[in-house]
Amino acid sequence: MKNWLVSHTHVLLFTLRRFLTTPLSSLLNILVIGIALSLPAGMYLMLKSVQSLAEQAVGTPQISIFLSMDASNDEVAHIGKQLKQHASINQVKFVPRDQALEQLKQTTGLADVIGGLAQNPLPDAYVTYPKISDAQALEGLRDEFKKWPKIEYVQLDSAWARKLGAMLKFGLLAVLILAVLLSFALIAITFNTIRLQILTQREEIEVSKLIGATNAFIRRPFLYFGLLQGLLGGATAWFIITISLRLLNNSLSELTHLYASSFTLHLPSIGDSSILLLLSAYLGWLGAWLSVAQHLWQIEPR
Amino acid sequence: MIQFSQICKRYPGGYEALKNVSFEIAEGEMIFLTGHSGAGKSTLLKLIAAIERPSSGSIVVKGQNVSSIQSGALPYLRRNLGLIFQDHKILFDRSVFDNVMLPLRICGFDHRESAKRVQAALDKVGLLKRQKNNPIGLSGGEQQRLCIARAIVNRPSILLADEPTGNLDKDYASDIMGIFKSFHQVGVTLLISSHDENVLRQFKGRVLALKNGELCP
Repeated sequence: MKNWLVSHTHVLLFTLRRFLTTPLSSLLNILVIGIALSLPAGMYLMLKSVQSLAEQAVGTPQISIFLSMDASNDEVAHIGKQLKQHASINQVKFVPRDQALEQLKQTTGLADVIGGLAQNPLPDAYVTYPKISDAQALEGLRDEFKKWPKIEYVQLDSAWARKLGAMLKFGLLAVLILAVLLSFALIAITFNTIRLQILTQREEIEVSKLIGATNAFIRRPFLYFGLLQGLLGGATAWFIITISLRLLNNSLSELTHLYASSFTLHLPSIGDSSILLLLSAYLGWLGAWLSVAQHLWQIEPR
Repeated sequence: MIQFSQICKRYPGGYEALKNVSFEIAEGEMIFLTGHSGAGKSTLLKLIAAIERPSSGSIVVKGQNVSSIQSGALPYLRRNLGLIFQDHKILFDRSVFDNVMLPLRICGFDHRESAKRVQAALDKVGLLKRQKNNPIGLSGGEQQRLCIARAIVNRPSILLADEPTGNLDKDYASDIMGIFKSFHQVGVTLLISSHDENVLRQFKGRVLALKNGELCP
């Protein structure tokens, strides 16, 4: 057992030394793998962040009811009363047209344009928070309100979130396809690196076979190399993603501030990070294994 | 120890290197294999180490049938053999010490124990002072001795040497023959091939002579 550990440690050190003997090409290889992995992984994380935002929005559905411009004050009050008494409605907020216009002036900075208007183009509105969150029931509620008199337009605010959700699913599928393709690229990179190594180590492999090395012994340093190269590539991808997301979050916070939202992109969690590292290490190992299986038998001592 | 029964070796293309060769070598014997160049000496040695397979016949080494050995068992057969090659097969990307270390690393020996063994083997062939050097700086005779050190570091019971004195002058050659004799004295079975008449003359023991792939009676 101890000898086994020692020989594996020996191989690991030997592999590290092999990295250091060709620092530039090792570095470039690792960088290529890192960039290739950071693309799908980074895009996946960004989509996940947007998805959780969409889920939040769906979680607290909101129905905005815009009244007709010709509704009298009594009619407006009547509708408000009806809404408050409605069994499916939790909370009702009245937004008078003057207040809506004021808000629009303040938040959009379109004061000049709005000031030039002859009359207020905005209707009175009620923002309601239903008790139910089921998508179909919400749509039923919307259709019910639509039929009421003096109601111009009813907007179910979770609808955009559901559309977004569908688009995100499409996006995630695209990222998955990209990830699969780039995984093949990673395997190919490792395959080729190991092929070149086998060619340059030809003599050593031949002599080792003559002296009584098992195939496992000859394979081991190459597999370690592939594994380590994949792992370092994965770590590089992790750094690329983390740094990029932090930069994006910085500029995003300025943007979301304008929308009074606190949306940020999630950094990779411990789970995400370990999956990234394990996967990249495995793909590196797989590329090395395929390469060794393909090339080692060709070297037989004569 | 080594037993050949009616061995034929035909290479692809029809060239017949060995024709119906049978002999037996007992444990601890020191045998000299002679013959002109191309007589099949190298082929015979390669068959023992299963570097080549015979076209027909059977070879038994230490009770194991080599002619039909599984490729998985091959490494363990070779660990019992010390091979000394005509072209040395020394690795020039590492020191003299590391070259001799290779067989022990392959067998998974304890590191400290193997360092001692390597130094003992290098001392035996007179290269201990050069252990840290790169073998590229060694002379032909020294490279040959390095190859011997690598072959014996594993303490094999059988030593196969292919033209060990091939390109060496007389003094070097008798040096190396002296080393072989000392192994013979501690009970190692040796099979040494050579076409060198001088070496043959100072050698006492059984001689196997090959001629055009056939064993001369």
